[in-house]
Amino acid sequence: MTGPVLELSGIRKTFGGVTAIEDFSLEIFPGEIVALVGDNGAGKSTLIKIVSGVHPPSAGSIALDGQPVVMSNATMARMLGIEVVYQDLALADQQAVYMNLFLGREPLTALGLLDRRRMIAETEKLVKELDVRIPSAHAAIRDLSGGQRQGVAIARATHWASKLILLDEPTAALGVAETARVEEIVRSLKKRNIGVLIISHSLDQVFRLSDRICVLRRGKQIGVRDTKATDKNEIIAMITGLKQG
Amino acid sequence: MLEEPIHMTTDTRDERVRAVPTLSRLLARPELGAVAGALLVFAFFAVTAGGSGIYSAKGIVNFLEISAQLGILAAPVALLMIAGEFDLSVGSMIGFAGIAIAIPTLAWGWPIWLAVLFAFAVCGFFGYLNGLIVVKTGLPSFIVTLGSLFMLRGLTLGIMRGVTGRTQASGLHEYSRDDWITPFFSGQVLRTPVAWLADLGIIGKRADGLPMITGIPMSIIWWIALTLFCTWLLTRTRFGNWIFAAGGEANAARNLGVPVARTKITLFVFTALAATLFAAIQVLVTGSADTLRGNLKEFEAIIAVVIGGTLLTGGYGSAIGAMFGALIFGVVQMGIFYTGIDTDWFKLFMGAMMVTAVLFNSYVRNRAMRNR
Repeated sequence: MTGPVLELSGIRKTFGGVTAIEDFSLEIFPGEIVALVGDNGAGKSTLIKIVSGVHPPSAGSIALDGQPVVMSNATMARMLGIEVVYQDLALADQQAVYMNLFLGREPLTALGLLDRRRMIAETEKLVKELDVRIPSAHAAIRDLSGGQRQGVAIARATHWASKLILLDEPTAALGVAETARVEEIVRSLKKRNIGVLIISHSLDQVFRLSDRICVLRRGKQIGVRDTKATDKNEIIAMITGLKQG
Repeated sequence: MLEEPIHMTTDTRDERVRAVPTLSRLLARPELGAVAGALLVFAFFAVTAGGSGIYSAKGIVNFLEISAQLGILAAPVALLMIAGEFDLSVGSMIGFAGIAIAIPTLAWGWPIWLAVLFAFAVCGFFGYLNGLIVVKTGLPSFIVTLGSLFMLRGLTLGIMRGVTGRTQASGLHEYSRDDWITPFFSGQVLRTPVAWLADLGIIGKRADGLPMITGIPMSIIWWIALTLFCTWLLTRTRFGNWIFAAGGEANAARNLGVPVARTKITLFVFTALAATLFAAIQVLVTGSADTLRGNLKEFEAIIAVVIGGTLLTGGYGSAIGAMFGALIFGVVQMGIFYTGIDTDWFKLFMGAMMVTAVLFNSYVRNRAMRNR
């Protein structure tokens, strides 16, 4: 097996006098899905923001494919191959699916104009590969259901991520059937050899999807478990502080 | 209970991709309401004022000139509104740009071309300030530019009275007549084809035997060129995509690396420059400047843009729609004049027209959506 795609070691983040994250270390391998769980305020979102370049860590190091990186903003993280699927999805409602997939990174023709044909073709290919069920690449986002929107947001991340996708509560607002669809899409990312870090409040989902589970409690890393070698009771005990490490 | 998935199909088309019928695609266009409205008012005045000459060459150029003036503002205002912002200072900017051309010419002895470029530079800078304040403070642009609406008008009055002692300036023709820049704003084009059409009898002649019109005013050319430029910008360029994104979901756009702030500031500069163009045409055609010029133009432009199908909330709209909105405006204004109805009724009509157009637009859009 190759080395980890993402390697966090000794990450610490303080906001003024408040310590949000202390001494966090985690490796994510290509094709692996790691779940990040913890109670509200445990520091999960802060951690996502650190990995996606929004907040620089106060201490500790981040390495991508073994190369240490310093990311000063989100654009840099994207350039390095890290994509985030945000809770609010970050889609332009009135715009077509294909425009959203390429928003901010539109391909241009030789004349410097928008290359719509290429955007549409690549969108259709991707949507097919990921089996995202949308009516058409031309459909406007506002005409799609919540699950379809989430599918588009994940498709966009998949298209651009060469190394890592961060999913922040991808199914929080979805119904049962739609959640199942999104989970299928997330599972299909493994085949692409991309590392996935997912935040979820649903332990059922975590156990369905992940290879390993990392538990945070009040900014402290309680432990990492192989999903197969643990059970819900242990994870709940770790989340609530009944069990240390 | 035997259920086997045996729905093998030879059709290579993805069953999830359904072709959207052309008609419902057409109905979902933002311009539809404005085009329909334009046809409606054309037909209305053909019936009520058909014999009065509104559709003679002279009548057409008359209403097109009115439409053109408004349309020059409406196209950039449409882009700004699609980006989710308002510019209420456009009208005051016209007044300011007028005196920014008149004062250097009359009081400082500058050539007209330099005065016009000066006006563009100063107003462009004010547009930049508008944009910068909106983007940096996060205040609604409605408030920020409402402030500039008053400030610019006050500045215009104060400077004009301070320098010249009056609120109007005339006699600019004397200075502009031989300037190289004048034909670009107040000139006419297509004189030869117009004369030719007059000889053929297609364009009517006046009693003294001269053709009714001698050419197409430059303002109409500017209007069409600006509309085409804005449409091209919106639909063909990356910047255009950013305009839609900035208005639709600014946060999302920012997260994805779209320079939202820069996009918006650029558009504020653009509306300011359009106001200056409006003023330059007006000053050079009439030969005068007045501190009250441009009053209420900001709202007329918004009316044209909204009739044209652009959403007040941003993220959706078109420059072509704004062009038809401006066309309706011109036709109605001249049409009321030609029918002999008291022109006092014009504003009542335009206001009602706007509300009707918006209702129509949203009704049709919802219908088109449901048909999908």
